[in-house]
Amino acid sequence: MIEIGLGHYLTLGAIIFSLGTLGIFLNRKNVIVILMSVELILLAVNINLVSFSIYLQDITGQIFTMLILTVAAAEAAIGLAIIVSYYRNKGSIRVEEIDEMKG
Amino acid sequence: MIAHALFFYFFSIIAIVSAIFVIVSRNTVHAVFFLILDFISIACLFIMIGAEFLGMMMLIVYVGAVAVLFLFVVMLMNVTEQKLSWFRGTKKTGHIPVGLIIGTVILLELIVIVGGWRYRDSFSETEFLSFNSEFTNTHMIGNVMYTDFIHLFQISGIILLLAMIGAIVLTYRKREGVKTQSYIKQISREREDSVQLKDVEFDKGVKIDD
Repeated sequence: MIEIGLGHYLTLGAIIFSLGTLGIFLNRKNVIVILMSVELILLAVNINLVSFSIYLQDITGQIFTMLILTVAAAEAAIGLAIIVSYYRNKGSIRVEEIDEMKG
Repeated sequence: MIAHALFFYFFSIIAIVSAIFVIVSRNTVHAVFFLILDFISIACLFIMIGAEFLGMMMLIVYVGAVAVLFLFVVMLMNVTEQKLSWFRGTKKTGHIPVGLIIGTVILLELIVIVGGWRYRDSFSETEFLSFNSEFTNTHMIGNVMYTDFIHLFQISGIILLLAMIGAIVLTYRKREGVKTQSYIKQISREREDSVQLKDVEFDKGVKIDD
């Protein structure tokens, strides 16, 4: 409990990851919250990579974290652009109303 | 060791609680606020365990760019509580108490991380932390980033460029009836197309064809 090891950091990452996935499924409000949940998931992955990088004394994990940071920024930009153009066309981004592609 | 445990539990509990609030809060603006708090907590954790550069990067990229982008889009669209227009100043919105709480927690975290910096050396009693490298974290990242991982670095630059172009293309709207200059038209104009010389007869005037 007092001795903080790698497992504590991985547990933190796992908790945040599951909260992110839970947020995707629970959410009935709007799509922006889904995007925020995806950001939470990427944050959990970052925690795992950084803690392994510190634990193994290998800097590669931190490089990968920076790449994930890049991808997360790009994903947020594209996702928000899609949401903006969808809102402009439909006037709503509620999750229940976005059902045009139900197979 | 105890210092490490204290810092870890402080930041991680704040991170988990704010992650819960991100997914359960009814107001999207509050969700973005809690997302910012979550990012800051994790960044503080990164800074304390020895990934300082990444912690600062998280602050700049996530809090400074991504979260503000989220906030911007949320405020552009009236999606939070569809029934009341929350951005109008006359109605009660409830943003101020939440914002004050989150600002206070962020200030508390900053105080903890600045005040706790002197205890950081006692972290290395923990089994896997050791700070006694001759290079700083930024130096080590720079050493491999531009040598071993130069291709990944450039590919991530291309990804950012593509994201920028994609976002512009997705949100670009061509407006009708807007007067703009066309440089190509202006430059490629010849004298023969624009100037006509006429011999004007006396007392007749010129008919200009338009």
